[in-house]
Amino acid sequence: MPANNEFDVIIIGGGITGAGTARDCSMRGLRVLLIERHDIATGATGRNHGLLHSGARYAVKDSESAEECIRENKILRSIAANCVEDTGGLFITLPEDEEAGFGLDYQKVFIEACIKAGIEAKAISPEEAKIMEPSVNPSLIGAVVVPDGSVDPFRLCSANVTDAVMHGAKVLTYTEFTDFIKEGDAIVGVKVTDTRSGEAAEYRAPVTVNAAGIWGHAVAEKAGVRISMYPAKGALLVFGHRVNNVVINRCRKSADGDILVPGDTVTVIGTTSTKIPFEECDNMEVTPDEVNLLLREGCALCPSLADTRILRAYAGVRPLVADDSDPSGRSISRGIVCLDHESRDGVKGFVSITGGKLMTYRLMAELATDAVCRKLGVRQACATATTPLPGSADGRIEAVSKRFPGKPSAGQKGAAGRQGDLVGKIRFDTEADKRLVCECENVTLAEIKYAVKELGVKNLEDLRRRTRVGMGTCQGTLCIRKAAKALAEALGDPSLAEKLAADYLDERWKGMRAVGWGDTLREMEFMQRVYKFEKPYSYDEV
Amino acid sequence: MQERNISAKNFEQCQKCSVCETVCPVMANNPDYPGPKRSGPDGERYRLKNGIFFEDSLKYCLNCKRCEVACPSGVRIADLIQQARIDYGRHTPKLRDTMLASTDQMGPLASTFAPVVNLALGLGPVKGLLDATIGLDHRRTMPKYASKTFVNWFRKHAADKQDAFQRHITYFHGCYANYNYPQLGKDFVTVMNAFGYGVHIMHGERCCGVAKIANGLIPAATRDAAVNMKLFRKSVEEGREIVTVSTTCTLTLLEEYPELLQVDNSDVKSHISLAEQFLYKALESGEIKAVWKEGYKAKAAYHCPCHQKRLGLGILTTELLGMIPGLELTELADSCCGIAGTYGFKKENYKVSQLIGRPLFDSIAAAAPEFVACECETCKWQIEMSTGVPVKNPISILAEALDLEKTAEANRQ
Repeated sequence: MPANNEFDVIIIGGGITGAGTARDCSMRGLRVLLIERHDIATGATGRNHGLLHSGARYAVKDSESAEECIRENKILRSIAANCVEDTGGLFITLPEDEEAGFGLDYQKVFIEACIKAGIEAKAISPEEAKIMEPSVNPSLIGAVVVPDGSVDPFRLCSANVTDAVMHGAKVLTYTEFTDFIKEGDAIVGVKVTDTRSGEAAEYRAPVTVNAAGIWGHAVAEKAGVRISMYPAKGALLVFGHRVNNVVINRCRKSADGDILVPGDTVTVIGTTSTKIPFEECDNMEVTPDEVNLLLREGCALCPSLADTRILRAYAGVRPLVADDSDPSGRSISRGIVCLDHESRDGVKGFVSITGGKLMTYRLMAELATDAVCRKLGVRQACATATTPLPGSADGRIEAVSKRFPGKPSAGQKGAAGRQGDLVGKIRFDTEADKRLVCECENVTLAEIKYAVKELGVKNLEDLRRRTRVGMGTCQGTLCIRKAAKALAEALGDPSLAEKLAADYLDERWKGMRAVGWGDTLREMEFMQRVYKFEKPYSYDEV
Repeated sequence: MQERNISAKNFEQCQKCSVCETVCPVMANNPDYPGPKRSGPDGERYRLKNGIFFEDSLKYCLNCKRCEVACPSGVRIADLIQQARIDYGRHTPKLRDTMLASTDQMGPLASTFAPVVNLALGLGPVKGLLDATIGLDHRRTMPKYASKTFVNWFRKHAADKQDAFQRHITYFHGCYANYNYPQLGKDFVTVMNAFGYGVHIMHGERCCGVAKIANGLIPAATRDAAVNMKLFRKSVEEGREIVTVSTTCTLTLLEEYPELLQVDNSDVKSHISLAEQFLYKALESGEIKAVWKEGYKAKAAYHCPCHQKRLGLGILTTELLGMIPGLELTELADSCCGIAGTYGFKKENYKVSQLIGRPLFDSIAAAAPEFVACECETCKWQIEMSTGVPVKNPISILAEALDLEKTAEANRQ
């Protein structure tokens, strides 16, 4: 019998790549440990557009990425039905694009490249585009329809983790990698620290996978190998409601702020691209210049954004990897980078999987798992492309909602949209359970209890990623104390509630501050009035 | 960089402060209604994502618009709810709803056979039958129909005399004054004539459409609105202001036409006013004069209809009535009466309707007035049925309190 700290493979990083790799490895029968220093989907995974790329964006410049995207796009639609939404996408040409050399001639090049990559792309008239998406800039001179969509990255990551756990994987969040355990030229395990209790522990496995995104740079250094990475910050803005129902892109060379994605109850515009130092990766703030740039570009796609309330701003870091073939390290690899450090650097038992994008996480996981299996001598085919993720068997919300007897409530429909067919595990037994905690996002007490019990929730941020609690218009102002109380009780320590709520609001505040004007400023003022406890003046003092 | 909010009905300005929930009369009395915030701005975000999030419970909204009055952010909450019912409601209107809504089609029919209809609608077995078959609550007292419509009376007895006046207005009488209570129309003509205004009606005037909107008959309401708009434009071209006597008709013409029917009224909006508003302004500016009857004495209590509040006009009525020397006027509890047009007639709403009205009924009992003053006809039915205290339109009160001859004299000079 192996000891309970021994595994076949250890995966560092609970982003989508790590989660996907954990799922693939566990489905192929390996004993898997996944460690993550925060919560799942806290890095780049949870900080992007949530765009289900058709690949069209890459078609002209990088046909390989485009082909990967459209393949994975089709796969995700079938295995992750409750995480993706088939919104369709438009690539629009504006009069100023014509002047910049990206007019209707470029549109032809674009369509040809798409079709060559296997992406269905069809030109439609500006009038048809306006009917398809009424919010689109009415001055457009051309549009191409592509199979873009939106994907909820939190949900997708959580579904992968859930499936890995269902296949026997052990997942430790709030567990930080501190060092490797080495035996000669082989990595044989990891040393970790529980970031909440401070306790140290060691786990052993013949293979370790570095899936830590931009932080994988530092992880590799601990193994004595070098991966040249560049952190590229991307800022995004979240608008208060769905302004568009179809993804809108610009049909030109990729640039800042040229993708507008409707996701769940909001619309997201992004992104910028700025190289930043590694020290800034853990604490990024969106600058006024970035906000202005995104708004300006966003308005070119959809003019009504100029007057739409912005809920918050956030930023993620893309892990750009220097191409191994270029010794200067200047040329960036756009595709997936899977490194076997034994053949590359002479370090045994260590694989790095990086580069790539949210869209291709499954393929990245497959490549990493293939590498792990080769090392372990396991011959087992990958089945992740054909096996639906947990929650996705029923398909979309309309079908899932039919699981409820009678008419489903707003909270039940909300849960059906988020948890997919796993909604059957949520117990709506009492009247209190059915009651909404978060009214902006239709989250019931029952769903919160389920998430805490089944989805590894430790704090309100974790709960937010799994249920959208506090992500709506009021950014938690009205619901977070209710949620904090429920969570603290479920965690077995009601006295935690105050701290949980305060931590959550601090984080929300950070995102609102960057766009603190107009209605958002009013909301911030309201939040402050509700939560900032100061000693009231007595009559004597006045 | 951003200055305005252009989301439909301003729903994004909602700060989630929930003040609207504290003033919603339905939320306090019907646990199945999730309230204005959730049905309005909260629900709208989800409906934009997927129509599956439309809730049947939106039908419990009685459209009193108290939420809109309370909202510190200017969100048109009730309009959002009505709009969602129009856009997403899948039920075709029931026979009952169509009957209740078609006040202008039922009116002529009922008027023709008024004695029979009134008698029948008052009989227990008939009410029981209507309750059981189409869902009109049997406990409800049905409005009476007049055997002679206001328009008939006007053409026969008043129309000829109107051209003799120096000033002229157009009277939008609405269905109630025409079919149910022509005396109100007669009082209006009497009062306006005394103040020196010739009264003209519009041939082919249609129902304002409020009952049709509330019951989901949108195409019919839109057709009626288009006809009325044409008539209003003609009246404005002729230099005649349009004066109304019903609060809810006025709200519909001014607010619901553009917001819910997408019928543009911006060119005539400033020419439509409620009679109390019109008269108060004219009296206040000295344009007309009133001479009150010597020895007129009455003890009244004023109920401000919800829609009057939404229009912000309740204060003008109390100011106007306050000019009558012999009228002792108390203001009643700030509460919805519960009827909300056709809402309270429906079997499923009867109980909630009466619960909502209770604070008002108690307030009337405490004030013990001779009559209640109120601009709204459906409030009148509800208050008279529920308290036994008669309700008078302020215009009818003016007709009683004015010394008509001396007033006419004063305004001739």
